[in-house]
Amino acid sequence: MNPLERVGARTNAFFEYAGGLTQLLGSSIGFLFRARIRIGEAISQAYLLGYQSLPITLLTSLFTGMVIALESAVNAVQYGLGNIVGGAVAYTSARELGPMLTGIVVAGRAGSAIAAEIGSMVVTDQVEALRSMGIEPARYLVVPRLLALVVMLPLLTIFADVISIIGGAWVAKIFAHIGYSDFMQSARTTISMGDVEKGLIKTVVFAAIIALVGSFQGLRTRGGAAGVGKSTTGAVVVSMMLIFISNFALSVLLYGSSG
Amino acid sequence: MAERIIARLDSVSLRFGDRLVLQNCSLPIVEGAITCIVGLSGAGKSTVLRLLDGLVRPQEGHVYVRDVDVCHTKERELNKIRRSISLSFQFAALLDSLTLEQNVSLPLVENTNMRRSEIRQKVSEALDAVGLTFANTNLPAELSGGMLKRAGFARAVVTQPDLILYDEPTTGLDPISVHLITKTIMRLRERSNGTAVVTSHDLPAIYMMADYMAMLFEGVIIAYGTTEEIRQSQNPIVQQFLAGDEVGPIPI
Repeated sequence: MNPLERVGARTNAFFEYAGGLTQLLGSSIGFLFRARIRIGEAISQAYLLGYQSLPITLLTSLFTGMVIALESAVNAVQYGLGNIVGGAVAYTSARELGPMLTGIVVAGRAGSAIAAEIGSMVVTDQVEALRSMGIEPARYLVVPRLLALVVMLPLLTIFADVISIIGGAWVAKIFAHIGYSDFMQSARTTISMGDVEKGLIKTVVFAAIIALVGSFQGLRTRGGAAGVGKSTTGAVVVSMMLIFISNFALSVLLYGSSG
Repeated sequence: MAERIIARLDSVSLRFGDRLVLQNCSLPIVEGAITCIVGLSGAGKSTVLRLLDGLVRPQEGHVYVRDVDVCHTKERELNKIRRSISLSFQFAALLDSLTLEQNVSLPLVENTNMRRSEIRQKVSEALDAVGLTFANTNLPAELSGGMLKRAGFARAVVTQPDLILYDEPTTGLDPISVHLITKTIMRLRERSNGTAVVTSHDLPAIYMMADYMAMLFEGVIIAYGTTEEIRQSQNPIVQQFLAGDEVGPIPI
């Protein structure tokens, strides 16, 4: 294959992937609107993909909040700006780091689980069995996972925002002697409910990315156990890339240049 | 009375990448009859079943089920057709997150408005027919290979479809289970006039149940006819295959 053909093949593969993902999104939305949802399975997936991601999400957010506070508090106090540390931690947590880190953590944990489970089902003919019974894999497998993550990721993000601010307040108290009430007062005056809401809107998009990319990678699995491994890795890599890209796009869209 | 054709392959050619799997194959499936497809491993027997179920689309030719060309039907329409067809997979393909009972009831739960009690009754009958009532709460991982195969068979027959496609239903089973499955296939045909297409290497079982036989060799259907016609075929490939001889035109 000459270089030109290779470029052509890769371009083709890219559009094939993007088209397949869009098609899966379309059919999943169609099933959601027609209320063809397996509620029991969605609840079960909410537990597996959402609730079970809570510890790692909290841990990540706690330490992130602590690091932001550590980096900003000591310097801020030196310049007499200790009263803005709470605001800085809350601002970055609610608008950017809370939603994005939660998305990344869940993409790593739940996105890979979705791809591995569906991929295993593909290589053992279980997905073909569903199709042979006239059951659409998108409705049976994808929609419950999509719904579960769209509900659970914003909830996880709320917990992440809160724990990040708590961690930040604790570190600011220990290392920069900023009182809890000063920290919280700064946080309250800096962020608005709108900031939190916009952060949560982002997580809905991230949830859709994680569920759809994980499912799509799983459904296109070929070649046994090795194929499942590739799909799982692919799901995490593509989800994370799309989360970073969409995070920037959403920040521009939601906050504009004015912030 | 003229035989009615419920499904047929019409000049089908299929490739997977560079590999030619089927070449210009035509095969009628007679309604109410059991058609057995024989051939060497890898000859494309399972692919024929997948074509009939619309799971695979050929590059050339047509596949008709009740006069609907399943090769050119949208997935949503195809799903409606598939609800009158069942495919019993070679390795069962049970959903490993569901119990045996949930697996067998799946097509009824998803595709019908039957009451729970009615579904339970049908599932119980299907599991009873394959001797697996005792294992209804087990997960597939807790069953042996033979039990899985019988469970897959139960899931295929529970909806009492017009056309059942059995992919090697007796391979790897003990002689008693082979007899049980063969008898069940025949009983289902007699009870509901259901049509069956069976791929198998088990010649005694085939001779017992088949009305028609087709032999696939190197992607081509080289023989088709009633079981008696095939058994008496003068085609040297068919003769060698049925006799199980090492010497003959089939390269080993």
